[in-house]
Amino acid sequence: MRRILLFSVVLVSGLLFTGRLFYLQILNTSYAGLSENNAIKRSFDYPQRGHIYDRNGELLVSNQPSYDVMVIPREVEPFDTLELCQMLKMTKEALVTRLDKARVYSPRLPSIVIPQLTKSEYAYLQEKMRKYEGFYIQKRSLRDYQIDFGANFLGYIAEVNHSDIEANPYYQSGDLKGRTGVEKQYEEVLRGVKGVKYIQKDRFNRDIGPYKNGSLDTLPQPGKDITLTVDAALQRYGEELMINKRGGIIAIEPATGEILALVSAPNYDPALLVGRERSANFTRLWYDTITDPLFDRSLQGEYPPGSPFKTLNALIALQEGVVNTQESFSCYGGYSYGRGRKLGCHHHPSPLSMIPGIANSCNAYFANVYRRVIEKYDTPQEGMDVWNNHLASFGLGDFMGTDLPIGRPGFIPDGKFYNRMYKFPEYKWYSTATISNSIGQGEVSTTPIQLANVTAAIANRGWYYTPHIIKSIEGDEKQIPEEYRTKHITSVDPANFEPVVQGMNDVYNYGTASAVRIPDIEICGKTGTAENYTKINGEREQLTDHSIFVAFAPKDNPKIAIAVFVENGYWGSRYAGKIASLMIEKHIKGEITRTDLEDWVLTHSLEDEYAKPLSGEPFYINDGKKLSGVPEKPKL
Amino acid sequence: MAINTRNRGTFDWLIIVLYLALVGIGWVNIISASIDPTETYDFFDMSNLYAKQLLFIGLSILLIIFILSLEAKFFERFASIIYVVSILSLLGLFVFGKTISGATSWYGFGSFGLQPSEFAKAATALALAKYLSDIQTDVKSFVHQLRAFVIIALPAICIIPQPDPGSALVYAAFFFPLYREGLSGIYLIIGSVVVGLFILTLAFGPYYVIAGILVTAVILLIMNRKKRFGKRLYYILPIVAMLFVFSVDYIFQNVFEQRHRDRFNVVLGKDVDMKSIGYNTYQSEIAIGNGGLFGKGFLKGTQTKGDFVPEQQTDYIFSTVGEEWGFLGSTLVIFLFVGLMLRVIILAERQKSQFSRIYGYSVAGILFIHFLVNIGMVTGVLPTVGIPLPFFSYGGSSLWGFTILLFIFVKLDSNRVNDW
Repeated sequence: MRRILLFSVVLVSGLLFTGRLFYLQILNTSYAGLSENNAIKRSFDYPQRGHIYDRNGELLVSNQPSYDVMVIPREVEPFDTLELCQMLKMTKEALVTRLDKARVYSPRLPSIVIPQLTKSEYAYLQEKMRKYEGFYIQKRSLRDYQIDFGANFLGYIAEVNHSDIEANPYYQSGDLKGRTGVEKQYEEVLRGVKGVKYIQKDRFNRDIGPYKNGSLDTLPQPGKDITLTVDAALQRYGEELMINKRGGIIAIEPATGEILALVSAPNYDPALLVGRERSANFTRLWYDTITDPLFDRSLQGEYPPGSPFKTLNALIALQEGVVNTQESFSCYGGYSYGRGRKLGCHHHPSPLSMIPGIANSCNAYFANVYRRVIEKYDTPQEGMDVWNNHLASFGLGDFMGTDLPIGRPGFIPDGKFYNRMYKFPEYKWYSTATISNSIGQGEVSTTPIQLANVTAAIANRGWYYTPHIIKSIEGDEKQIPEEYRTKHITSVDPANFEPVVQGMNDVYNYGTASAVRIPDIEICGKTGTAENYTKINGEREQLTDHSIFVAFAPKDNPKIAIAVFVENGYWGSRYAGKIASLMIEKHIKGEITRTDLEDWVLTHSLEDEYAKPLSGEPFYINDGKKLSGVPEKPKL
Repeated sequence: MAINTRNRGTFDWLIIVLYLALVGIGWVNIISASIDPTETYDFFDMSNLYAKQLLFIGLSILLIIFILSLEAKFFERFASIIYVVSILSLLGLFVFGKTISGATSWYGFGSFGLQPSEFAKAATALALAKYLSDIQTDVKSFVHQLRAFVIIALPAICIIPQPDPGSALVYAAFFFPLYREGLSGIYLIIGSVVVGLFILTLAFGPYYVIAGILVTAVILLIMNRKKRFGKRLYYILPIVAMLFVFSVDYIFQNVFEQRHRDRFNVVLGKDVDMKSIGYNTYQSEIAIGNGGLFGKGFLKGTQTKGDFVPEQQTDYIFSTVGEEWGFLGSTLVIFLFVGLMLRVIILAERQKSQFSRIYGYSVAGILFIHFLVNIGMVTGVLPTVGIPLPFFSYGGSSLWGFTILLFIFVKLDSNRVNDW
């Protein structure tokens, strides 16, 4: 016993320590992560974000350096406070407060003294800064917009928030990320991949050199430049035309589905969301609920399509074989569909066959052919579904799938929808109950870009590419997503398009848009005038009609398909028709021959119209033809 | 024949190899713990700790040669004088001592300091061996036990007020030679019970422990109720134990300083703030835990490089071993230490002279206490007590102290055939 006591306690303690080490080093794995937090700092090398060009190679968005004055409090030596304050253009009190705050945050880590100085301010500081121990200037990269338009599709970048970081471990707090528009959609292409440097830290959090001699470090991959399908000149012109109006213009190249212009009015200068004033500017835009500049009307606005929808009904009727181009229908100032109810129409010659029916936009004609389509089948449900399927093949009633991160599906009703609406089978419903669909009112709604796409499909006589805004990545068109290089065929045969195209051509020749013809260009178009309502003090009040126009040109081998939508612009050719023809001329000729038309659009404002429902007074709509609004309506 | 081999070939090479291995591995880890990652090696720049330690190692070799060339009888003969000189050197600190990080434990010579408490261990071991091996001394006699205790306690008492209670604690190691030479087992039992009650009281509070004592006493009383004699002990011992428990609690709460209480609380797993109070232990566990099976490799330990573990060249050097050499490296070091201690014990057992045996046991005991307390602290199983890891920790005094301690025994062992 006496001989083995020390011997055995030595042995036992050796075994116990071995066990303890086994636990700490092999069994317990929780320490590994702690060390990473503790001793390794990841520092990132951010690549330049890719530039954005328009289809003609015009630079739209590049980067600009910005400079932050930083301070590491513990390295600050006594300095000439007055001179520094003068250089930084701040008061002594402000500087002292700033330095105190920085010291509280961390004496060893850098804090910002003044953020985002411009190049010229930096140039002045640069020479003198080295005199001030502990102060230095850090370069960052911000977006530099070469244009003052296009904010709606370019989008903006902003610091990532908590949910971004949760969703994608690539992002760290403080990283910038595309928030909307192209910046969001092509975020991964534009941003590149940041490089990582692993830096070893000591217990005071100071750098003491690369971790594992930099063997884990990665180099940044630069962001790729992208080219958009947008024509900057056309876009700029479109936005000019839309000044003092609300609405949208979408121009598409039918042969490719490329978006030539995507105007949403009112818009804002993209440079507002960069730099020192970003936060204030964004707040101002965000809380502007009256003009709503952050709402992209061309992508997000769901409106009744109005008369342009008639072209689709004509196509479906031809495809279903329920009508031929010769057959005429009489119009008695409208279409009576039973029990004294009537779908009104305006003055025009009667009876009309299909082509003049389109040109004159006769409601009665389309009410007739629409009923025939729905009633061709045994039940109205079946008829509605067939009608719905035809429209779906034009991309209606669902999200377009464009490469812009926002959008709306619009709505196209089917049999089921009306069953629910009319409580079938308790109550029955027939085609006449849905008759408003024939003229693009009632339950249907579309977004302007859907209308533009339908126009492109008609221009192509039966096919379209999903509208998209990406033309090439790093100059390579093959890199754009497959879905934008896939042709979509509509359910209507190409032959059936010719009479409709002719009808749309006659809209310009002698129909509803004959006033806005452009010499030498064969335009096909269709006007639209959509009734719309708002709520004022809880009452449904009608407002001046929306002015809608769709068109493509030239008639053969079309170069541009366009949809224009002007809120409360009254009839179709009044604002939308004029704007559409000017846009078409600008795109095809490159210059404007009808300067009288241009002057009219540029000088006319709808701001008075938009002020009416907010005035609190009763007001006249549709050029004084009708009284609307509260507090009380005189009996008519 | 015996006379021919007297001065050569009889040194125990295993001990020397183990010693060199430990010193070598220790030095490699001191490089890692002290080098600035941006620097290149400079083994002659004395501002580098590893360079200084290399110098200390070189001087240790000279010391070894010197010790081994002395007459073995020298140590026995001069044991008392060495002891007295050592005590005087400890006392001299109160007058001439140099204070480094709060403890007046050094004599300063320029940039170098000498810590006499590191040498006092060997001196005490010699003195104790000499006293116990005296033909007149009977270890079973209480008076002689008391004298032996005085020899042991004197240096410890000189060291405590430096303050360096950790170094004083090492003198508990002399229990092992005393016990080996015939000290009554009752001390072992009392010692175990005292330590046990101490830990239980801290862990569970006095009331549970007292309840436990009472239950144990009652059970023992019932089991032994037929015994006629010695029953009084069953009443007296529990009362003494309970008084002890109360005094432990009282001392812990009122005499100990908060930092001492915290050290115990950290090990007992009580709720303490790992960022401040438990920082040392926590960082050390992180560093060791990071090593994994194979370790991160020489100079690649992130915790070591970042100086996260305080005192990592000295008391916490083993955390660097754990981080950079992993489970394999750190168990190797454990095995080397265990091997060295067992070898010393085995050699001590085969000594013919009682002096050599007692001295050998003292050496093994001192190494063991250092090993136990230091590794226990670094791996977080024992409270923080600042004593160096033998041969490993940076510091000339510590290295020389252990070198002298060990090689006096190597010399004594080499001479065993001449003993009679």
